[in-house]
Amino acid sequence: MTVLDVRTVTKVYGQGAATVHALRGVSLTVARGEYLAIMGSSGSGKSTLMNILGCLDIPTTGQYLLDGVDVSRLNDRQLALVRNRRIGFVFQSFNLIPRTTAVANVELPLAYAGIKAAERRRRARGALDMVGLAQRGDHEPNQLSGGQQQRVAVARALVTEPALVLADEPTGNLDSRSTEDILGIFDDLHAAGRTILLITHEEDVAARASRLIRLVDGQIVTDVRQRVLA
Amino acid sequence: MSAFEVLRFAVRGIGANKLRSSLTMLGILIGVAAVILLVAVGNGSARQVADRIEALGTKTLTVQGVGGSGALTPALAEALQDPVLAPDVASVSPVSSTQATLTYQGTDHSVQQLVGSSPSYFAASNSPIGAGTAFTADDVAQGRPVIVIGRTVADELFPGVDAVGEEITVNGALFSVIGVLDEKSSASGFMDANDVAIAPLTAVQQALTGYGPLTSIVVEARTPEKVTDAQSQVALILSQRIQVSAGSTNQPYRIQNASQLLQTQTETADTFTTLLGAVASISLLVGGIGITNIMLVTVTERTREIGIRKALGAPRRVILTQFLAEATMLSLIGGGLGVAAAFVGSTFTIVGVRPVIVPSSIALALCVSVAIGLFFGSVPANRAAGLRPIDALRYE
Repeated sequence: MTVLDVRTVTKVYGQGAATVHALRGVSLTVARGEYLAIMGSSGSGKSTLMNILGCLDIPTTGQYLLDGVDVSRLNDRQLALVRNRRIGFVFQSFNLIPRTTAVANVELPLAYAGIKAAERRRRARGALDMVGLAQRGDHEPNQLSGGQQQRVAVARALVTEPALVLADEPTGNLDSRSTEDILGIFDDLHAAGRTILLITHEEDVAARASRLIRLVDGQIVTDVRQRVLA
Repeated sequence: MSAFEVLRFAVRGIGANKLRSSLTMLGILIGVAAVILLVAVGNGSARQVADRIEALGTKTLTVQGVGGSGALTPALAEALQDPVLAPDVASVSPVSSTQATLTYQGTDHSVQQLVGSSPSYFAASNSPIGAGTAFTADDVAQGRPVIVIGRTVADELFPGVDAVGEEITVNGALFSVIGVLDEKSSASGFMDANDVAIAPLTAVQQALTGYGPLTSIVVEARTPEKVTDAQSQVALILSQRIQVSAGSTNQPYRIQNASQLLQTQTETADTFTTLLGAVASISLLVGGIGITNIMLVTVTERTREIGIRKALGAPRRVILTQFLAEATMLSLIGGGLGVAAAFVGSTFTIVGVRPVIVPSSIALALCVSVAIGLFFGSVPANRAAGLRPIDALRYE
């Protein structure tokens, strides 16, 4: 069962002399339940690929099918719906809403999905419990450590139970203990059958994934399935 | 997402930067309060003018002799009291007035207006008696030297003493004071309406002015609505009675009508109110521009947040309504506080005028402030909603 189907996608930024080819024809399919790590040096196009996969950006050419639906045909409203229901995004810089409590942050996607307040709160508390932050629900982002903020962000990505979790260098700004916490959560999610895509440039992070893709200059150079170590 | 939810987000957005939000609200507050209060001041001064003119008596007409023509005689005054030709005339008071010096036990007072008239003058000129009595028709017929003095005169000549029953001299002639008028509000700032003395016409003519022409004739109509009818009836009789000499184009008399005066004054006051309102509207507009500015800054500052919200699946419409709701709420709260401020301000006397709030100005100012919020908020809100999520997220 294919969740992601990327067909010769290219992405070009800028015009004329300043043209940058971020992606030069990437094709990729990801099946349900896979834990995929994408590696590459800075400028290899991995973040661009992630943004396209997350429906935050649109490819210059090529097709992207999410759950068999061609995303380029969706209008603004439907795209918002896809981002809300199908995709959970975890960013390198956490991207929590400032001056808003952890619970309220986690509730946000549910609020946009139109779920009632009581149900929302219950599910948000559940998601926070899952990342081990049940006690910190009423804290605002600036009262939490980096690792805790990222765990809140993971809880927010999970709370809508999306088909796909996208993580753009989720451990890039974290110390080794927090990194271990976050990766532990991803391992659990993988064990529970979620599809996870993770960008990293750390070998030990990538080693925990079931499949590893390396990008160089906007093209896939290796695509290997690996035995899960942990 | 429910409307209530959007409102909650908007409240949180406003609360996130309290100082900035309250300064923005202050702009609208001042605008709305200025509009309501200045219109109230204009309205109050119009009301004041109307009250003063009504105190003069809106039922009265004054026939004034022009250029010492001598056309107005007591006989003419009697002719005006004609139930057939002038059915709407209630009373006619011939007036012969002069300046005079009143003396009481060595104290002098120069009275601005010494009026010789008939008893009907008290009602026609809206001068009720405060103490003592008015003179009677019999007093006029007999030419008795009795006098009724105004409040100012009484205070000048009889400080702390009851004036009624005392004898005073008027330009050397002896008069006895039989009454004191009630205090009256001044019709204009130039003349003290209380600096007056009223005596029987015959006595005044005998002792002071001589049996020459009258100064004026005060005509009282039956009702304020009949004033115009009464005026035309009076004009008809006068034109029959007074022969204008051939070659002269000027009428020897002029008829003044208090309600005409009222109308003119009201129009002036309306112009004044409109002008004040226009000035105040400008400050409301400036407040509106303040809202746009703040919303633009807010949108720019929260671009990343908008990106996050869009990445989490916020549809365009929700972002749009959130920012619109914030702008509208700012202007509505500011407007509401402005109305409250205007109510508080209207309890004070401003430049000698007691403001009277016009209800429609409240509705107008509130509607305008909400419209300003919607209108000026829609530009930044549209910008926020139209951002591509990736552009918004990358914004630093």
